[in-house]
Amino acid sequence: MTFSTRALLGATALCGLGYAAAAQETTTITIATVNNGDMVRMQGLTDAFNEAHPDIELEWVTLEENTLRQNVTTDIATNGGQYDVITIGTYEVPIWGNQGWLAPLDDLPAEYDVDDLLPPIRAGLSVDGTLYAAPFYGESSFVMYRRDLAEAAGIAIPDQPTWEDIKAAAAAMNNPETGVHGICLRGKAGWGENMAFLTTMANSYGARWFDENWQPQLDSREWKAAITDYLELMTSYGPPGASSNGFNENLTLFQQGRCGMWIDATVAGSFVTDPNNSTVAEQVGFALAPDAGQGKRANWLWAWSLAVPASSDAPEAAKTFIAWATSKEYANLVAETEGWANVPPGTRTSLYENADYLAAAPFAQMTIDSINAADPNSPTVQPVPYTGVQFVAIPEFQGLGTTVGQEFSAALAGQKTVDEALASAQEIATQTMTEAGYIQQ
Amino acid sequence: MARAVSTQRKAVNTALAWGVALLIAFPILWTFLTSFKPEPQAVASPPVWFGFDWTVRNYVDVQRQRDYFDYFWNSVVLALGSTALGLVIAIPAAWSMAFVPGAKTKDLLMWMLSTKMMPGVAVLVPIYLVFVWLGLLDTRIGLVVVLMLINLPIIVWMLYTYFREIPGEILEAARMDGASLGREILYVLTPMAIPGIASTVLLNIILAWNEAFWTIVLTTTNAAPLTKFISGFSSPQGLFYAKLSAASTMAIAPILIMGWFSQKQLVRGLTFGAVK
Repeated sequence: MTFSTRALLGATALCGLGYAAAAQETTTITIATVNNGDMVRMQGLTDAFNEAHPDIELEWVTLEENTLRQNVTTDIATNGGQYDVITIGTYEVPIWGNQGWLAPLDDLPAEYDVDDLLPPIRAGLSVDGTLYAAPFYGESSFVMYRRDLAEAAGIAIPDQPTWEDIKAAAAAMNNPETGVHGICLRGKAGWGENMAFLTTMANSYGARWFDENWQPQLDSREWKAAITDYLELMTSYGPPGASSNGFNENLTLFQQGRCGMWIDATVAGSFVTDPNNSTVAEQVGFALAPDAGQGKRANWLWAWSLAVPASSDAPEAAKTFIAWATSKEYANLVAETEGWANVPPGTRTSLYENADYLAAAPFAQMTIDSINAADPNSPTVQPVPYTGVQFVAIPEFQGLGTTVGQEFSAALAGQKTVDEALASAQEIATQTMTEAGYIQQ
Repeated sequence: MARAVSTQRKAVNTALAWGVALLIAFPILWTFLTSFKPEPQAVASPPVWFGFDWTVRNYVDVQRQRDYFDYFWNSVVLALGSTALGLVIAIPAAWSMAFVPGAKTKDLLMWMLSTKMMPGVAVLVPIYLVFVWLGLLDTRIGLVVVLMLINLPIIVWMLYTYFREIPGEILEAARMDGASLGREILYVLTPMAIPGIASTVLLNIILAWNEAFWTIVLTTTNAAPLTKFISGFSSPQGLFYAKLSAASTMAIAPILIMGWFSQKQLVRGLTFGAVK
């Protein structure tokens, strides 16, 4: 064998080894996510991530919200390790963080600028000051109303309305003969459906789920006042069949000009002002969620966030992806490709200081004001032993919230009185909390 | 002698049959129509029946977001694989129960069927743990076994019913001629039971194709079938009805077409032995 042949073979072997080493260094991470506009957009921008990080390959699993919750819970509880990045909300993060199911995000790079995250959102995603998930988009709730109908009815909805203002406006705009209902609110049973709204409404009336000793308070006069007013609003000025209406149903009604007002997630602001889908896009006004003079507004706080399960076998690659997807640079990338109005809202202070964003999103200022008005660590007028604004951050709440939601949905459908629904709710809550060991007998 | 039926009665019966058929098929027809609507028209109230802006945009968007054919191929492998494996186990089991029944055969059959009444979620954690230990999560082979086990009681029951219709004397004659047990099952019993086996196969392919609990829980990307494909297009926040309808149409189309062509066989199989 000549020297040159040997050299050629040696070089080929080295190249082969180098290629094999490079191939081995590629890490594949599996991302579990939900199906909504912002998440779908993120999947479409995967190429940009791959360009910056060719050593990390992304695999997506998109699931319906409840299915995702079930799959991810099963996987983490059994240490299955199927997912490296999971999409979870402000309800799960405190519970799962406490249980050691999530890897702490305390080593994000300096350029990530963790201090830029909106304080209420950051608080909702932290346990004892440690961040366990990075917010992808955040939301509160606010009032969306038809400016043209309000004007025609001769009323003005203040930027910071009370429930009395809302009642008066609903009565003035209600005109079922023309197919317009004064107000549309959630009625479909579920802890994340009607109970998200009703818990915030009750908060603003001075109610709370539990006292400091975890004793249920659903039979209190504050809860009764809140539920009575909710039923009065819906039966007098709401659409028919409201007990089966959730976010999507009300969104459809509002976009088709059938609601004078709608109190729901701030993320709906971009949907109702989108002229491609909304017939009333030019006529929508925004106001903060109402209060009842108790010092708390009826607005919630939620953030779809990205976290790394403790069972992941590629935590570093997962964190790299999360740092990219929730960064300022990602917001700029979306703005370049899809326009500023499509940037995921409600996570960073800098976005709300950006003149381009504020010009493109008419709901931006009201969104940030709503988010800042929510405090997950002090959600109610009276003290409570739990965190969470529109939920109670304990594992039992999913089941409890949905069962209680069924009681209130039945009351809305006319199958129960307020007193009957509240008495049942109190009994269910007492039983659940006793069985779970919160109440010692 | 066949009973005489008046023309008027025939017309009423036909109209009634069409009415019931339309009622049953309506959700599928509505899903199909919605899949061609733009999103705002998909949720319009009052609903738009045919006078909408027909578009295939939803299908294009669905395919762009997720590759349908990956999921389709997994569905095919899981449905065929689990049915084939089920037959290999169920044919000998049904043979022994039909031709050499023991004192507890009936009880055994009832017990097998009773396992179908247990909700899957009750055994989710143990099965998930077994899959973790055996490294079977997100693998086709793992799901083939699970789907086979889920449908095995139905396969055994159906085959048992068909085998009972076959005279035992024929099998005895084969034995007299010196056929071994394996030959007896393979060359005598199976050919005679082909119609029954065919309808069992068809029904189990449909059941495996539609199974949407284990196939969603035990997979992520590699073995995910069409049930997971559809699940990803559902959303409680945001309007995706038209895309969801397009994804559903794509997922049910193959099994619907298969059912259409084999409906005679299916009906015959399901009503086999019903009248004696």
